[in-house]
Amino acid sequence: MGETYSYYPGCTSHSTAIEYIEASKAVIEALGIELKELPDWCCCGAASAHNLSSSLALGLSAFNVAEAQKVGADLVIPCAGCYGNLAQADYEMRNNEAERQRLEKEFDFTYDKKIKMLSLVDLLAHEELRPAIRDLVKKPLKGLKVVCYYGCAIVRPGAVTKVDDTENPLRIDSLMTDLGAEVIDWSCKVDCCGGDLGLTDAEKTTELVNKIVDYAVAAEADCLVTSCALCQANVDIRQQRLPILYFSELMAEAFQVGDRQRWWKKHFNNPANLF
Amino acid sequence: MSENLLDKVMLESGQPVNLCYQCRKCSAGCPMVDEFDFPPNMVMRMVQLGMKDELLKSKAIWMCVSCETCGSRCPNEIRIAPVMDSLRAQCLKEGVTPADAVTVALHTSFVESIKTFGRVHEATMLMKYKLKSKKYTSDLDVGLKLFLKGKIPIMPNKSKNVAKVKEIFKNAGF
Repeated sequence: MGETYSYYPGCTSHSTAIEYIEASKAVIEALGIELKELPDWCCCGAASAHNLSSSLALGLSAFNVAEAQKVGADLVIPCAGCYGNLAQADYEMRNNEAERQRLEKEFDFTYDKKIKMLSLVDLLAHEELRPAIRDLVKKPLKGLKVVCYYGCAIVRPGAVTKVDDTENPLRIDSLMTDLGAEVIDWSCKVDCCGGDLGLTDAEKTTELVNKIVDYAVAAEADCLVTSCALCQANVDIRQQRLPILYFSELMAEAFQVGDRQRWWKKHFNNPANLF
Repeated sequence: MSENLLDKVMLESGQPVNLCYQCRKCSAGCPMVDEFDFPPNMVMRMVQLGMKDELLKSKAIWMCVSCETCGSRCPNEIRIAPVMDSLRAQCLKEGVTPADAVTVALHTSFVESIKTFGRVHEATMLMKYKLKSKKYTSDLDVGLKLFLKGKIPIMPNKSKNVAKVKEIFKNAGF
């Protein structure tokens, strides 16, 4: 409580993931955590930079890591894709002497290994925060059956993300249990939704999404919970059977904070009836 | 120069491709394998054998979405996603016609948007992508819905330091 972190919003914070960012900020404020936005942040390169040039991808992400070091506090990154890229750049500088020296020169700084890259799940589903979260629950999500969908970028590669188990991560599950929801075990926790394929191949994305939603429906889930803006967009847009919620939206619902009615309308499958 | 492909890919990707012994775990779990002309295990073997022409012309290198499922399951800890990055970069650098022009059109439009604004501006990026890929009508309904939900802003959210971003592009050879 009362901690301060540096903060990297990412490009989707003002576009496709507006509701995720608003919900996350409402929850973070309720928990008394302060975020300091990196003043000069730039795009991490998303999936596109590394597809064309690894050095461009590393340069864009490492710049933001260097900016966070200037602020001097662990960096919170809500978007899973941004987190994956920045954590990878941090990992490179930590473990690859030649790249570290090149990037230190490029960004005129000395990498000190002190700043950690944190996904929003790292921050909000942290073991130490669980009592505070349970205290803030005003309206437990009783009877709400959820499947937790972690996707790719906050999970793999395990050496970079330091996730508990790359085949069966559990942190969002524990958080949902603390909110009073009924967490259902299922098979597609870490499956890929197609990622940026959502923009180039609607048919293949629909096939991947349908498989995920088939399993969620078979598990009798009321909704699917995610922490990734691209997963949310792909799975929400390409089917009409199941609401797809960000984990922080459910935290806000349980805490009864933020403009939730406004967020629900931003979904393709409106989740309002669940509450 | 095909005998040097393995060394080049290993250097660029930082991955021990020489350790692959064809257990095929990568291909068993790959969500995109149906779209590949060569499954991931075969891509590894082709790199080892120096089959550069076939690889740079392949669809496989552009269909990989870097989900990292293969890499996290590989018994030899080979991450295939960075290997694909190395092959894609070689394809573009050597002027080989990419087997999937649509994917290249998306990524090119995306990084051009970053270069202009320091951050992605979805509206202009998508227009550019449509023009480059000639996929004028696909997903127009999705785009319209996103716009009406306030998820595709008209004005770009620019970085405060676009000059620095342009420098990063220049240093990376763009």
